[in-house]
Amino acid sequence: MTAGVITLIVFLCILGVAALHDNIVPPSHLQTIDPAQVSQTPPFDKPGLRKTGPKQYEAYLVAHIFAFTPESITVPAGSTVTFYATSPDVVHGFFIAGTAINMMVVPGWVSDDSHTFTKSGTYLLLCNEYCGSGHHFMYGKIVVQ
Amino acid sequence: MIMEHQVGRENRLVIAHMYFATIALMVGASFGLLQALSRAQWAAAPAWFDYYRMLTAHGVLNAIVFTTFFICGLATLLTYRAIPRERSLWIGWLAFWVMAISSIMAALSILRGNATVLYTFYAPLKASPWFYIGTTLLVVGTWIVMIDLIQNALWFWRNHPGERLPLVVHGSLTTFVMWFIATIGVAIEMLVFLIPWSLGLVPKVNVMFTRVLFWYFGHPLVYFWIMGAYLIWYNLVPRFYGGKVFSDALTRLAFILLLLLSTPVGLHHQFMEPGISPGWKWLHTMTTFGVVIPSILTAFAIFASFELAAQRAGVKGFAATIAWLPWKNPAFTGPALGMILFIFGGLGGVINASYAMDTIVHNTMWIVGHFHVTVGGPVALSFLGAAYWIIPRLTGRRLWAPNLALAQTYTWFVGMAIMSTAMHWAGILGSPRRTDNVTYLGAAAASSWMPQMHWAAIGGTILFMSILMFVAVAIGTLFTPKTQMDPILPAPVEDEALATPAVLDRIGTWAVVAIVLAVLAYAGPIHELLTMHTYGAAGMRTW
Ligand code: HEM
Ligand SMILES: [Cu+2]
Ligand SMILES: [Cu+2]
Repeated sequence: MTAGVITLIVFLCILGVAALHDNIVPPSHLQTIDPAQVSQTPPFDKPGLRKTGPKQYEAYLVAHIFAFTPESITVPAGSTVTFYATSPDVVHGFFIAGTAINMMVVPGWVSDDSHTFTKSGTYLLLCNEYCGSGHHFMYGKIVVQ
Repeated sequence: MIMEHQVGRENRLVIAHMYFATIALMVGASFGLLQALSRAQWAAAPAWFDYYRMLTAHGVLNAIVFTTFFICGLATLLTYRAIPRERSLWIGWLAFWVMAISSIMAALSILRGNATVLYTFYAPLKASPWFYIGTTLLVVGTWIVMIDLIQNALWFWRNHPGERLPLVVHGSLTTFVMWFIATIGVAIEMLVFLIPWSLGLVPKVNVMFTRVLFWYFGHPLVYFWIMGAYLIWYNLVPRFYGGKVFSDALTRLAFILLLLLSTPVGLHHQFMEPGISPGWKWLHTMTTFGVVIPSILTAFAIFASFELAAQRAGVKGFAATIAWLPWKNPAFTGPALGMILFIFGGLGGVINASYAMDTIVHNTMWIVGHFHVTVGGPVALSFLGAAYWIIPRLTGRRLWAPNLALAQTYTWFVGMAIMSTAMHWAGILGSPRRTDNVTYLGAAAASSWMPQMHWAAIGGTILFMSILMFVAVAIGTLFTPKTQMDPILPAPVEDEALATPAVLDRIGTWAVVAIVLAVLAYAGPIHELLTMHTYGAAGMRTW
């Protein structure tokens, strides 16, 4: 009983702090897009990486059955990358193992979230929502140099 | 005194539910084992029966069919015994057959490979209409069960003016009213969106809208399972140590709180999705923590009941009380070991509900570990334990191989502890859920979680053996000699200083409050989705 109440209070506190700290907001983008027109709609007609400032990037990815386009992205260590993703077919996941980038990609909407890659290495990008028979072959990589 | 043949007829109805549940568990769990083995690379799913087909069958049969049949049987049994009377059983059998036929319909379309959409059937994955119609009719069957419970409660109120609704009837009915309010969401999803679309009458579907409707139902689904377990924990478990229900008022309060708080929380399953503003997600996080309250009340009531019973037997102190409990009675050890697993399940749940942490674990094996240690552990194990007490009293035959039954409860506990710990751990390392065995071309992250997958397979194998033990006992108990059994009666209630407030029995009024809360929690996000310029998605069969 006491243990239960204490855990509850502890978690409420963590949560309260997390919420006030403006970095921790879940990916909740409200932009919509016609899934049938993804390949004609800028910027997803030319998916890829755009440099927006010193160590600042925007990455536009299309998650489709059963791959990410582009399949690989390379940025220098210390870069902050904002990922934008959408799907022309079914729901996919967009998860970069070892980071807090973990979003659902829903046809009809654009998802976004950003992350600063401080350590160099190759990060595994994978689909973590079932999307069909080839779901487990759907992955890519983020190379941080 | 009601006639013996009436009880016998009622028993047959409940037996049908319990054995149907057992078959679903058995078939579903064999797929679970194959999944665990193939993720550990110890076996591969054959090409003609792929991993995702197994996973769909596992989720639907274990999480939906097994649980629903057991809870319907249990609520019917407790209600009928608490309100003994001559009653017609046609409505009970109607519900059973609607549920049975519709489950078989959905199961066949899954097994034939026409509905590999997993048990969450997220659009625009498009299954055969049989799958959607089957699952919808299964829900309709449970509504018939609710109507039966309501009828019995009304009969009781009419014929016992001024008396309190029996505690088990209160709990059963509240559970089904909560379920009804929750299933309206999935019924709308099916009838308005998915069924017309899968029949080809409508070309496109609004994906986010169907997801919000699904999770409006998906979270209370979890509480439906838990309320089934709470019915056992509050009302039956004290019987097994000669104890009493700690408090009538507290029990009713816990069920009413679950009725109120189970629905306005569903968005916590959608933290990582676009199309919903952070404000609404935040609101649902707060209400999610509210649902913890009835669980804390329950933990408190259970310990208080242990303690009072032990004191009457002259046992004092925490350790002595625990040791005094009947650890050799499988009907007790099932629910009791389940309660221990639930402590971990509850802590994990609080972690998931905070979105900072959810970004790490969302859709990873952590989540799979979490629901095995909640529904797969406490709920399923409580059901199996209770079945060891209920089934012999339904068949009028003694329990076959009680030691095997006892061993079953402990092996389940051990298997579940190993499997779900490994799954939680693999999830933290990034292993995705719902994913066939894959090494991602030898990526470092993927090799880091492999050892955990081996442990999960070991735990899963132990679990599967445990299920075989249960099935053996359930079948064996159909053939042991007939004996005189004590009747199925819930535990008595402790004498209380205070009378239970009458307002707790006004289930109808509370249902209205629950609906108002659900509307308040969902009006915002739904309005947001309706006013946004959205595009539909065409259906697809990607398997
Ligand atoms: C022999 C016992 C069991 C084993 C070995 C087992 C194993 C597994 C495994 C390995 C997965 C997931 C794999 C993945 O995400 O790729 C899974 C998923 C699941 N299991 Fe079990 N399980 C067992 C019993 C149960 C029981 C008793 C329940 C519920 C009453 C249950 C409910 C679920 C659910 C709801 C899922 C998620 C399905 C989905 O993601 O669509 N399991 N199980
Ligand atoms: Cu996928
Ligand atoms: Cu939930």
